[in-house]
Amino acid sequence: MIPVGFEYVRPDSVDGALALLAEHGEDATILAGGHSILPVMKLRLAAPELVIDIGRLAELNYVRVDGDGDDSWVAIGAGTRHRTVESSDVVAAEVPLLAAVARTVGDPQIRHRGTLGGSLAHADPASDLPAAVLALGGTVVLRSPRGERSVPITGFYTGVFSSVKEPDELIVEVRVPRTGAGSGWAYEKFTRRANDWAIVAVAVVDGRVGMVNMGPTPLRASATEAALAEGASIADAAALADQGTDPTGDLTATKEYRRHLARVLTKRALTTAAGA
Amino acid sequence: MSIMGTRVIRTEDPLFLSRGATYTDDLTDERLIGALHLTLVRSPLAHARITSVAVDEARAAPGVVAVVTGAEVDMAPALLFGGANKAMVRSFLAADKVRFVGEPVVAVLTEEAYQGQDAADLVEVDYDPLPAVIDLHAAATDEVLLFEDAGTNTSNGFGLDAEFDEHLFDDCEVVVTREITNQRLAAASLETRAASAVWTDGRYTLWCSTQAPQSARDEVAGWLGVDSAQVHVITPDVGGGFGAKIGADPEFALVAWLARHTGRPVRWHESRSENMTGMVQGRSQAQTVTIGGNRDGDVLAYRLDVLADAGAYPRLGAVLPLFTRMMAPGVYDIGKVESRARVLVTTTTSIAAYRGAGRPEATAAIERAMDLFAAEIGKDPVEVRRRNLIKPEQFPFTTKGGAPYDTGEYANALDKVLDAAGYPELRAEQKARRERGEVVQLGIGVSVFVEITGGGAFSEDAAVEVHPDGTVTVLTGTSPHGQGHATAWAMLASEHLGIGLDKITVKHGDTDLVPRGSGTMGSRSLQTGGVAVYQAAGELVELAKQRAADLLEANADDLDVADGRVSVRGTDSGVTLAQLAESEPLRVDTNFDSGAPCFPFGAHLAVVEVDVESGKAVVDRIITVDDAGPVLNPVLAEGQRHGGIAQGISQALLEEVVYDEDGNPLTATFADYAFPSAAELPSFTLLDMATPTHVNPMGVKGIGEAGTIGATPAVQSAVIDAVSHLGVRHIDMPTSPLRVWTAINAAAVEGAQ
Ligand SMILES: Cc1cc2nc3c(=O)[nH]c(=O)nc-3n(C[C@H](O)[C@H](O)[C@H](O)COP(=O)(O)OP(=O)(O)OC[C@H]3O[C@@H](n4cnc5c(N)ncnc54)[C@H](O)[C@@H]3O)c2cc1C
Repeated sequence: MIPVGFEYVRPDSVDGALALLAEHGEDATILAGGHSILPVMKLRLAAPELVIDIGRLAELNYVRVDGDGDDSWVAIGAGTRHRTVESSDVVAAEVPLLAAVARTVGDPQIRHRGTLGGSLAHADPASDLPAAVLALGGTVVLRSPRGERSVPITGFYTGVFSSVKEPDELIVEVRVPRTGAGSGWAYEKFTRRANDWAIVAVAVVDGRVGMVNMGPTPLRASATEAALAEGASIADAAALADQGTDPTGDLTATKEYRRHLARVLTKRALTTAAGA
Repeated sequence: MSIMGTRVIRTEDPLFLSRGATYTDDLTDERLIGALHLTLVRSPLAHARITSVAVDEARAAPGVVAVVTGAEVDMAPALLFGGANKAMVRSFLAADKVRFVGEPVVAVLTEEAYQGQDAADLVEVDYDPLPAVIDLHAAATDEVLLFEDAGTNTSNGFGLDAEFDEHLFDDCEVVVTREITNQRLAAASLETRAASAVWTDGRYTLWCSTQAPQSARDEVAGWLGVDSAQVHVITPDVGGGFGAKIGADPEFALVAWLARHTGRPVRWHESRSENMTGMVQGRSQAQTVTIGGNRDGDVLAYRLDVLADAGAYPRLGAVLPLFTRMMAPGVYDIGKVESRARVLVTTTTSIAAYRGAGRPEATAAIERAMDLFAAEIGKDPVEVRRRNLIKPEQFPFTTKGGAPYDTGEYANALDKVLDAAGYPELRAEQKARRERGEVVQLGIGVSVFVEITGGGAFSEDAAVEVHPDGTVTVLTGTSPHGQGHATAWAMLASEHLGIGLDKITVKHGDTDLVPRGSGTMGSRSLQTGGVAVYQAAGELVELAKQRAADLLEANADDLDVADGRVSVRGTDSGVTLAQLAESEPLRVDTNFDSGAPCFPFGAHLAVVEVDVESGKAVVDRIITVDDAGPVLNPVLAEGQRHGGIAQGISQALLEEVVYDEDGNPLTATFADYAFPSAAELPSFTLLDMATPTHVNPMGVKGIGEAGTIGATPAVQSAVIDAVSHLGVRHIDMPTSPLRVWTAINAAAVEGAQ
């Protein structure tokens, strides 16, 4: 459990981090909370030459409402810890789903280290927060020396552990619409143990459904969403949740079982959301 | 006032909770200054021939002092369990063939620990892969042999000579048979394995994490080919073992050999990933149970046929089916009982003891069989159990499994848990939920169990010495690693001497200080080592009285010992034990031999909720009687019960070591190996019951493993019970959501046909 030797730097600004990334490209890795990248390095599945630690950059650590009136959203710095998202008054009032999802990540130690940007960047289909941001219809803000761009989360992921983020880009911010405290939302995470990764999870907010672990990327239950829009009952709509999904089988679940869980959890999440 | 039976808080904890324990890898002993660090290159394949090993590049890597291959090690490959097929030996570093993922192949020694992995990555081993053998039935066909010289995969067997009686079930109206799996478990002790060694003046000093230092010494000496007197084992604090640290591991001998080979001290500790394949594992039996009886509920005959997994190299696990067979009929008076066990090698991590070690396997089998039988005749499983229990007046009772049960009150234990749980109300609640067709159904599981403690090693040494400064040293051959002997053994000495616990130090684990001992395992410590300490302190009191009699010019019969002082009854005249120690040492060395094991027993009732849509089971309540005779310290006894119950629930619901068909371990990290946290466990309801044994003068039996024996079948049974109305009769452990969901679906398909 000892990683291959590497150089370590802690730049004091986002610009500094971007310059280093531009210089070292794929030989470098960003270290945010370290709770995904360090285990990978200790198992020697990754051996970056340079580790750029952005974990202490205050300019990436914030939660606020940006924009005006109807054209406003919640902006969360990429370096914001899960624990901050979980306990933020702004998140609780504006996007309660996100706080609830953050609360299900790992255990308190992990939530005090792991970051929203790290979770989105890592692109693990078993992660909770990407599916929540997907259900919310959020946007990922990427920056490089070449400039800044906003990518809707629907177009962000390209596969397991991969996204449209270029090697020289940093996620600097995540934007999610203000759903308000009165929105109908729910998160159903199915695990064996309290602090496990999801076998399958379903996030519902205002009739949109995001799913964890139902394919190589977080997925929307499009057929369910369409059926709901056409006035289908929750039971009928939930029965379509696994349409178009491509889950894998592993130790804890077969493909068929994951499909079944997606339907059951969608029904439960929709029912809870309708009652809220 | 007697200290026995009181809730003395553990005296070891202030240190553990503040400075922390000193584990083998924490040692700062000056003899280890300048030690080399050992990193092992381990086999990535389950079964393969080694075709070449290239180490030149590794030898040139920074910090590397030596790189040693199997060809260079001159210790003869060792038979790790005496009763196994003599050809099934293990090399200390594999030279020709590897037989499980994680088998050590090359040793890399570096100045600093961190340099080891870099150098190890430069070692190139070429393998010629061979087919893996994982399934026990496949192993039994001998199609792929692990040891060509053996000509068989059978390591050893129990009861294989005679054929089964084909008329065993002739008198039975109803016969049920079923294959069940008692899955492989990882001990997953918090401290992984570790050893350090130095060779000076023709003698090895070996620090290692073990539950049995004296047998570790003897084993390592045997492997090194030296006399036991040439090996001095010191056991620092041990962070859990659960049976997996009984005696020595081959790596320990390798560390000692390397220390001599290089002329430098050597340190080794393994990572968690290495531990999950390198340290011995437990259970892993494929069982076929057959049970028969009449429709009134009398069980008349029972057969247990076991295929037991030894892993790649037979170790202690190869003998455990002996206990499984001995305890096969459990708490029941069954007229005809047959069993046999075939122990097989597979291309997996070796199997040894894991909390319960052979007895949970027996209890799981008979309790599952009782449930299957009850379901078949349509009777309440509790009633069927009660009807067949051995009655108190039948003791001492020798079972058809050959076990001489000492004392037991099985029906009482059962009634206690039923009363505390409110059994009729639970059944009514279950019925109501079924009628309402609720998503979350209720399951109730009951087990009544008996086990064997102190089986095998009946004798233990102890010494008690009072020093001139009034302090006391207790030496014991047991080897605590979490059990609390420092507290308990001090209580036993204090009871006789009247000297406070703060003045009593319990020492163990240094083989020069305590040359004989059998260590801590099989729930043996109190009933052997504890009794020995109690006896030693009692003898010391007698010795002190004799010496004081001369001094005080009194008759020894007129002397009393209290508060560390011998006094002439009814007078002020007296002398302290400390004063007596001034002129000549006041010490007693003694041995206690019980000559027989004990048979603690109990009953567990589990209430489980199962979400029948997702298949997930959650334990809502567990109520237990664990009767191990009189309790010395309830804090310690409850701790043992808690830990065992947690591990029992966990075997029933969560844990399993899994290999794919190529022999790759799929559960080698804590993300995949599902041991429980507090969040997966309910609060436990522990009921008291104390039936003494006559096997030792204190009347005490062992309590360390009760939980894994009683809780496991109760919880498994409860999960199955929760979905039995859907047609499910059996689900193998762990009863994971996937398994429960699959079983419900299969029953629905069967029901529709
Ligand atoms: C025991 C355990 C349990 C866990 N359980 C869960 C769980 O239940 N659910 C869950 O969702 N997650 C879980 N996690 C993962 C946890 O949430 C991680 O913290 C998270 O996935 C990654 O965030 P991080 O800040 O730690 O990222 P890091 O590990 O620091 O980085 C991860 C990857 O993202 C890149 N990266 C990080 N930040 C940026 C950025 N701003 N821009 C571009 N690239 C970046 C890094 O280069 C690296 O490749 C668990 C982790 C552990 C160790």
